[in-house]
Amino acid sequence: MSLLAYGDTGWGDELFFATLMTIAVATAAIFIGFFLAAIFASFKLSKSKILNLIGNLYTTIFRGVPELLVIYLFFFGGSGAVMYVAKIFGYNEYIEVNAFLTGAIAIGIISGAYSTEVFRGAVQSINRGQFEASKVLGLNKGIYYYKIIIPQMLRIALPNISNVWQITLKDTSLISVTGLVEIMRQSYIAAGSTRDPLFFYSFAAVLYLFLTFISLKLFNKLEKNYSKGF
Amino acid sequence: MDLMIESFPKLLKATMLTIELTLLSLFFGIFVGAFFALLRTGKNKLFYYFAYYYSYIFRGTPLLVQIFIIYFGLGQVEWIRESFLWIFLKEPYSCAILAFTLNTGAYTSEIFRSAFETINKGVLEAASSMGLNKISIFFKIKLPIAIKQSLPAYGNEMILMLKGTSLASTVTLLDLTGVAKHIISTTFRPIEVFIVAGSIYLLMTFIIHTFIKFLEKKYSFNN
Repeated sequence: MSLLAYGDTGWGDELFFATLMTIAVATAAIFIGFFLAAIFASFKLSKSKILNLIGNLYTTIFRGVPELLVIYLFFFGGSGAVMYVAKIFGYNEYIEVNAFLTGAIAIGIISGAYSTEVFRGAVQSINRGQFEASKVLGLNKGIYYYKIIIPQMLRIALPNISNVWQITLKDTSLISVTGLVEIMRQSYIAAGSTRDPLFFYSFAAVLYLFLTFISLKLFNKLEKNYSKGF
Repeated sequence: MDLMIESFPKLLKATMLTIELTLLSLFFGIFVGAFFALLRTGKNKLFYYFAYYYSYIFRGTPLLVQIFIIYFGLGQVEWIRESFLWIFLKEPYSCAILAFTLNTGAYTSEIFRSAFETINKGVLEAASSMGLNKISIFFKIKLPIAIKQSLPAYGNEMILMLKGTSLASTVTLLDLTGVAKHIISTTFRPIEVFIVAGSIYLLMTFIIHTFIKFLEKKYSFNN
């Protein structure tokens, strides 16, 4: 247990901050995902064939290619792109791109592919009659979406959003390969310096279980809250 | 473009390892999944909770943690190192397969369990009133219905496992992702390599998808 002491002698504080980092990356990623999903779900639902194709390409690629490969693309590609720009301004040294940003964007894009399907399904499950009713009432498209579709859609999508959150949370462990100090990376460092990998990786597993358990409870509460009227 | 052509044979060779890992893990995973699904549907409370927590733990933690515990962690335990198990557990290859099998087994057990639980009670009552014994009810009625029920979900699980094998690269194995990463880190041209490796993965995903659709058609009762 002394291995987990808080302060210089143990790894308790390091692992605590690593857990916060995991939560931060996962939260950033899921919101990037929601943003992308809003765009690509509207592409998939639009009448334009080209937009449909773009939407389908996005979800097919990022749900069919391993997460790790996508992370490598952004990790190596991200610094490459920044260095390319820097070269134009006469800076030739190696630049390492912020691991948090790269990780959040990479996981966000993957998470967005799952969210796109969730949003699309939820919008499609809303009764068409509502669209006609709001037209009759003379609402414009913006108000129609913000006041009528999105509130209903979120309630229907909530259980699936909970699933996407769990996937996203677990996917953040893969960002450890880029050196961002989240739970997995911190456990790797601790395991290396104490030569006790079994303890630290098992503890990492416990931390993840704790996070998934807490988030499941929170989502259940939200679901209950939003289905009050139904 | 040159790099894409140049790296293609290397990536294709690495694909063999990816396919091998996927198929072996799925094969063993079916047995693990069926075993735990049986424990979950059985009457013994102790076995039930054992299977429940097994699935809960393996589905609630990242696959990366599971591989690391098995590959880096188990070697630390004295009695494992001295037992015959060490022949397998010192190799990254068998550790990866063990981790993948246990992981996919947890998801598969959930798929099988819900398939067995959703079988219409009336069908089983009809079968027993026709005088079929328990064994033939299981093999002739329960199993075909359960297989049909679980096909779409199991297809998803196959694709997830295919993607999951990319984590083998974190324990030094040179699978498709491992080789792709190696080429990227030596040439610093990630986009070309990503396109080639990504296309190979998408092709495999497509094959699994088509295969499952074919099976679904074969097992559908309507025609």
